[in-house]
Amino acid sequence: MGIPAIEIENLCKTYRLGEVNVEALRDVTLTIERGEFIAVMGPSGSGKSTLMNLLGCLDRPTSGTYRLDGDDVGILPRDALAGIRRKKIGFVFQGFNLLSRMTALENVELPMIYENIASSVRRARALEALRSVGLLDRERHLPNQMSGGEQQRVAIARAIVNTPSLLLADEPTGNLDSATSIEIMRIFQGLADERGITLVLVTHETDIARYSKRIVRFRDGRIIADDPVRTP
Amino acid sequence: MNLYAASKVAYRSLRANKMRSILTMLGMIIGVAAVIAMVAIGAGANERISAQIASVGSNLILILPGSTTSGGLRSGFGGVPTLTMGDAKAIGKELPAVRLSTPSVRSTAQVVYGNQNWSTIIQGVTPEFFQIRDWMLTAGRYFTGADVEASSKVAVLGQTVAGNLFGEESPIGKVIRIKRVPFTIVGLLERKGQSPQGQDQDDIIIVPVTTAQKKLFGSAHIGTVGVILTQAVDGESVKEAENQINELLRQRHRIGPGQENDFSVRNLSEMLAVAEASTRIMSLLLGAIASVSLLVGGIGIMNIMLVSVTERTREIGIRMAVGAREKDILLQFLIEALVLAVTGGAIGILVGVGGSSLISLFAKWSTLISPGAVFLAFGFSAAVGIFFGFYPARKASRLDPIEALRHE
Repeated sequence: MGIPAIEIENLCKTYRLGEVNVEALRDVTLTIERGEFIAVMGPSGSGKSTLMNLLGCLDRPTSGTYRLDGDDVGILPRDALAGIRRKKIGFVFQGFNLLSRMTALENVELPMIYENIASSVRRARALEALRSVGLLDRERHLPNQMSGGEQQRVAIARAIVNTPSLLLADEPTGNLDSATSIEIMRIFQGLADERGITLVLVTHETDIARYSKRIVRFRDGRIIADDPVRTP
Repeated sequence: MNLYAASKVAYRSLRANKMRSILTMLGMIIGVAAVIAMVAIGAGANERISAQIASVGSNLILILPGSTTSGGLRSGFGGVPTLTMGDAKAIGKELPAVRLSTPSVRSTAQVVYGNQNWSTIIQGVTPEFFQIRDWMLTAGRYFTGADVEASSKVAVLGQTVAGNLFGEESPIGKVIRIKRVPFTIVGLLERKGQSPQGQDQDDIIIVPVTTAQKKLFGSAHIGTVGVILTQAVDGESVKEAENQINELLRQRHRIGPGQENDFSVRNLSEMLAVAEASTRIMSLLLGAIASVSLLVGGIGIMNIMLVSVTERTREIGIRMAVGAREKDILLQFLIEALVLAVTGGAIGILVGVGGSSLISLFAKWSTLISPGAVFLAFGFSAAVGIFFGFYPARKASRLDPIEALRHE
């Protein structure tokens, strides 16, 4: 199967909060294959958000190694990490995190602006991404003119527009009702199945986690369980 | 992110906070407008001085008789009439750096026409005088070299004298009496206005130098003149001309090496240049004071940019998450500050130009807008934008993406 998408070995992350050191991640080792769809679960403070930040190259580990597509990215400087985020990683957040003054289309174009892609190409690719999440008719709308589900779909379109190899979703259905949540999860499933994007989903809802193929559970900064999802 | 994209983002975010952007710009507008108006006033004053210099005549060199040295007791300058008609002629003919030269004798006298009379300055010169002083006629003609040869009793009037003796009447061809000697008026000079020393340059009657010497002033030393006026070939050769005059006159007056000159050479434009320099200092000072308001405007920009960075922390986090580098964020905020400063600067230029024309209209001060000052003010406002925008922009670019994303 070649190089795994993500290889984490003995990863530790320690924060300093005032006088005390908080060990958010303790000696985590995890391998995720390409095209895998995995859910990370655990109570708050269990280290799953820290893991997401590290996987997303928003932060660097205190110790241990993190190889993304075989490259050690744990030691890269800030701008190089920005480059990795731009080219290889897509983020979907609980709070959507769209830029409120920009239309759906412009929000989707945003990552490509930092890639210096010509505006005509940018537009075409953004429209294509919006089509793939079923929002082609909403391109001119501002985020506050759209429902939560629509906003999250715009966010997904933004996350996939640079054709990343890794998609990180941090509680993507946390602000959505259950019907909309199902829609969003279907989109994620489609992305994993059809495009072979590696997908890491953080959630605390078991129903949502069951859309994935594998569930990793965290507690106190450690992995306590790592099970495949049994399809009924 | 390229410049175009960054400018678009900047423009948009400034439009989203219209009132705030306008108020911030107002600081720049006032600063730039003040600089432009102040510099315009200064330049206007300067130009007035230059115009006065031109009215005196360009590249003018004055030769005075007698010694002017301050060491020891001497028979003060002008005391001994050492300059002669021959000197004047020789200077005009023999020196390559001198274009024209005229002897000049001056005195005041009572002038009568009909039942009008007027006390004025009578100046005896050769026709070169009019060229040296660059003095045009409004009517009639100048007197000629032949008039000088023949000591003709002809006169050319200044506007003030003409007005006082003749009113609206044309003086050409009329006969006036100067010290009871009848003179025919052949020309009327155009108005020159005040001299840099505040004298009315038009209160004068010009007559041939020979006539003045023989018929009017009856000098004890026939053939001597009061001063010699000369004009150098051009601005660069003024110094050269001075040297040549010195050399020639020392030779003609048989002054041995080490002996003091019995004449002195003065460069009139140099004296006026001093006056010009002082107004330049004044305008510089005005500009400097106005620049302070530009500085204050810049601080306003910095202030608002810091607020903007704080407000948009989350936006910065999102941009970083999708892959913006530090320099992308830096550029975005720097351009925003620059747009504020430069837009303010551009409006400030309009206000400044408009304001200075209002000043010259109502306060009757002459103002002069120089393109250089406009470019400078514009460039300066851009520099202010970059300088004061840099710190906030850098602060934005250094944010931690995780912290920024969590920011509410």
